[in-house]
Parts: sequence; C-alpha cells; structure tokens
Amino acid sequence: MGKLCERLMKDYRIKEGLNACINCGTCTAICPAAEFYKYDPRQIVDIVQSQDDAEIEKLLKSDTIWYCGECMSCVTRCPRKNAPGLVVMALRSLSIDMGYFMESEKGRQQYVVSKDLCGNILNYGYCVYPRTFKYATHQEAGKVWKWEEEHMDDVYERLNANLDGEGPGAVRKIPQKDLDEIKKIFDITGGTDRVNAVKAAAEKKANELGLTEEEYFNKVYTECKGAHLNH
Amino acid sequence: MIYEGKQKIWSDYQKEIPDDHYFYVRSCIRQTFFPASEWAFLDITRNKFNKDIFETEHHTTCGGIAYHSDAIPQETVMTIIARQFALMHKYGYENYVCSCITSFGLYCETLESWREFPDLQNKIAENLKKATGLEFAKPKFLVHASDLVYKYRNLIAAQAKFKLVDKNTGKPLRVVEHIGCHYSKMFPSKGIGGAEYPYVLAGMVEAWGGEVVDYPERRHCCGFGFRQYFVQSNRGYSLANTHKKFESMEPYKPDMIITNCPGCPYFMDRWQYVIAETQGKTYGQNGHGIPVFTFEEVAGLVLGYNPWDLGLQTHQIGPEPVLDKMGIVYDPAKKYLGKNGKDIGKPDFVECIK
Repeated sequence: MGKLCERLMKDYRIKEGLNACINCGTCTAICPAAEFYKYDPRQIVDIVQSQDDAEIEKLLKSDTIWYCGECMSCVTRCPRKNAPGLVVMALRSLSIDMGYFMESEKGRQQYVVSKDLCGNILNYGYCVYPRTFKYATHQEAGKVWKWEEEHMDDVYERLNANLDGEGPGAVRKIPQKDLDEIKKIFDITGGTDRVNAVKAAAEKKANELGLTEEEYFNKVYTECKGAHLNH
Repeated sequence: MIYEGKQKIWSDYQKEIPDDHYFYVRSCIRQTFFPASEWAFLDITRNKFNKDIFETEHHTTCGGIAYHSDAIPQETVMTIIARQFALMHKYGYENYVCSCITSFGLYCETLESWREFPDLQNKIAENLKKATGLEFAKPKFLVHASDLVYKYRNLIAAQAKFKLVDKNTGKPLRVVEHIGCHYSKMFPSKGIGGAEYPYVLAGMVEAWGGEVVDYPERRHCCGFGFRQYFVQSNRGYSLANTHKKFESMEPYKPDMIITNCPGCPYFMDRWQYVIAETQGKTYGQNGHGIPVFTFEEVAGLVLGYNPWDLGLQTHQIGPEPVLDKMGIVYDPAKKYLGKNGKDIGKPDFVECIK
C-alpha cells in the first residue's frame, strides 16, 4: 500500500464509507452530479479500492473529485452499504493536505469557499450570514433579495428576527466569547491550518499570475474553462 | 403481500420523539432567508402548545455547510458539534431539536462515528475541554424541527383555521413534499418513514387536508450541492437539478410545495425565478410559479397566522394563488410594509412570476 493510500485509509470516512464495492454503478445511476458533469463515482470508488497510489494521485490532482454535490443520494441506494460521497470527502481532504487541489480548476475554487464560509464562521458564528450574502454576486436570489438587502434592518425587524442584536433570536450577534471558542476549536483541530494552507497556495498562484488577491478571487469564482459538462 | 411483513418494515422507520423539553438550535440558511419560519416554530410550540423549547444566544453554526464544502476538517466540525451538545447539557436538557437538515444529517453521522470509534469520541471530548472547558455530552434524543411539527400535526389540525383545501372546489390542494437529502438518505432509520417513503411532510399534508403528489423525481436533490452553489461558475449544477425536478412535477399540476430543509425552499423558489427570467417558462397555473413553503409557514397558515408575519413576502414566487385557494384573507397593501406599517419600498418583480 502506497503512502497516499495509507493516509486515505486512516480517514474515518473511508473506514465508514468503503466496505466492499462490487462496482455495480448504482451510485452513478442515482447521482445528480453524474448527470451534469463528466463524473462517475463508481470509477472513483474503484480506484480507491484498487489502492493504486499513482491512480489515486491522478484523482487528487483532477477536477473529478470536486464535481460531487455531497447530497449523499448514493448512500441510500448502495447495495453494499458503501458511501461514495464520504469517499469523495476523504479524497478532497487529502488533496488539500497534499496541495494537489491547486492542480485543477475546480480544486482551486477551494479558496472561494474557504474565504467566504470560514470568514463567516469566524467573524459572525454563521456559515451563511445576511450581511455578507450580496445580491451583486447572487442575482439569482431575485429582486426580493435585492429589496431585503437595501432595507435589511427593517425587513428583519418585520420578520421578528434579531439581526445583530443582543440575546437569542435569528441572526443575532453571537457573543465574542463564543466566537473566541470557535476560533480555538479551529486552532486545535486543523481548521486554521487548512484555512491558512488554502490561502497561502492561492496567494502564491496569484503572485505567479501577477494578480491582486481580489482579482485572483474573482477569477477563481467565475472561471469555467475546462470541459466539465456531460453535454 | 404479507401484511405483517409490511408492518415490520414500517416499524423500522418510526422514531421516538419526546413530547416536550427541547434545546433548540437554529439554521444558518433558515435564519438568513426564512427567519420568520423559526419565529413561527417557536411561537406555535411555546405559545400555542405550551412546550418548553429553550434557546441560548451562545450556540453557533454547526459548521456543516463549510464541512460539506470541504472548507473545514472533520475533526473541526465534530468539535463544534460537541460544543453545541455540551451547551444543551449545561442548560439542563437532553432532547435536541435543530432547524437545519444539513445539521441534522451531520449530527446523525457524528453520533454514529463516535459510537463506532470510541477513540475518536475521546479525542473530540479532549478537544472540547481544551478549547471551551465544557463537559462532553450527547443528546438522549435528536430530532429535526419538522419531526416535532409532525408529532404535533393533529394538534395543529384540531386548531386549524384553514385547510389545505381549495375552497372553490372543495378538493384537496395538490402538494409536492420535498425532503432535504440529509434528513434520511444517509441514515434512513433516523427519519420518519425512512429514505424511500419519508412520511414526515406527507403526514402533515394529509393531517391538514391536502393530497400528496407523487412524481418521478420526487426524491431528487434540489441541487444545492454546497460548493456547486457558492462558487458562481458552478451554479449551473444547482439550476439544472432544480429544473429537472420541476420538469418532472409539472404534468401533475401541483398547487404548492412544502419542504423541511432550509436550503431547498430557497433553491426551488429562486431557480423558478431564474428559469422564468431566462426561458420565460413558469410551472404553475396562469403564468405563476409554484409557491414553495417551509413546513413552519404551512403550519402557520393552517393555524391562521398573517401571511406577512410568516415572511411570505420574502419569497420570489408569490404565495397568493395558494392563499386564495385556502380562503385566507390578506391585505396586499400591507405585504411589503415594515414594522408598525413603516413604508420600506417594495421589490421589482418580473411579469411571469405574479
């Protein structure tokens, strides 16, 4: 067993999600991502099960592992109680740990999700937070969201929320002491290391391309050059 | 068919739901897009049914969206979850009710992993102690907020001011029930009715007079996909999946959609708007979209709450066709007013989504 494979097998999601795949393809048949992207979870699980380090490395550097939507529809239908979605999550973690995620267009998008979601968690205590969810970058949220954004305090007050207020309630201000505890959890469990590693890799790439951080973020956020789609 | 066999299979998918005394944890997405739904849940359970549903401002996100976008490691999310459970214990509760389906699935996964790997549980307990000083604990009962409303569905029916019935024809409204993927696809035994035939929303619809619509893509994901939505260049994934569901349900002419996941109503509401704007296609009757509701909103309408108190003005697909059929009286002039009738403008709408 190679080094990559050894590391993968230590991941609890592999221990739980990969028993004995019979390669029936039921996961691919039910998979929403497989219909949209050039994506086949059956093949991914087959490669991991083969324990071939060279093939696993190719997978970790590819767009393929980033196509899954983690809906876990595959888990319900697998006749052998495997969880291809969990296998993909373990592969993604290893890809980030090894720095391989920077080798694919979809992998490089981790900078966007890391900056946005971890920023929201550490600054506000939420993964999604109304003041940082902007109509300008989410026009699909509709004219109604544009109106909510323009009148945010009044709308949330009308809806019995407690936007940035003291005490309990929807979208309240989470006390600093609690945010400090979340930061400590990030620090001692590898969350901060992951955020920093993704950021450092993005900064290095931005420098190589001669882009500012903002320009690089926007490039990663909007770029779609690869032949990703099924049709 | 052997009837006893069927009864046994069904009994595997029942879950014990305590009647009272819960520690309540909010959802990032529901708070952001449907805050009035969480208000309605607490108002109904606390003030109409006198239940003890406790909330503290000290709880946070569970981190589930970041975890399922692979932005944080499993150990990080598990320790945040341990902190949520520890707060429950600190405040003297052992029943845990959460508003979010991503959280619910992740809590189920985490508890299962801790059960299977005691060393992992010990490590998380140590992390928790080190980071917060809190005492590690696990809930005795874990339920989603829709499980509780399912449990109270007959109480709600008994106090109903309106039914899911077309007042003009006397026929039941045709309701699509959409279950969030992480409710029971990973752990079927943790959801009412399992993964293939979940009954949590269907039970509400039937108790309140409606008729559940079956259609081929009933169990298909709404298309959230975490990173497939948050990154703009991936959003086609999300739209394509919602589109597939609507194309599938269209021939069955549903009046409305009820959901239990906070994300699904957002996507099914907003992608209808995008399809209408870009393709000129609508899926409801007379050029309307199909109104999409949270389960709290539907419970509130049945109980006679003001639709604008429930936040239905923040849907991109107007709820009016359903309100009219149910015979709910509302004031269109008050739809977009702020608190105490304050004028705060109103959104611009497209023609095909009335």
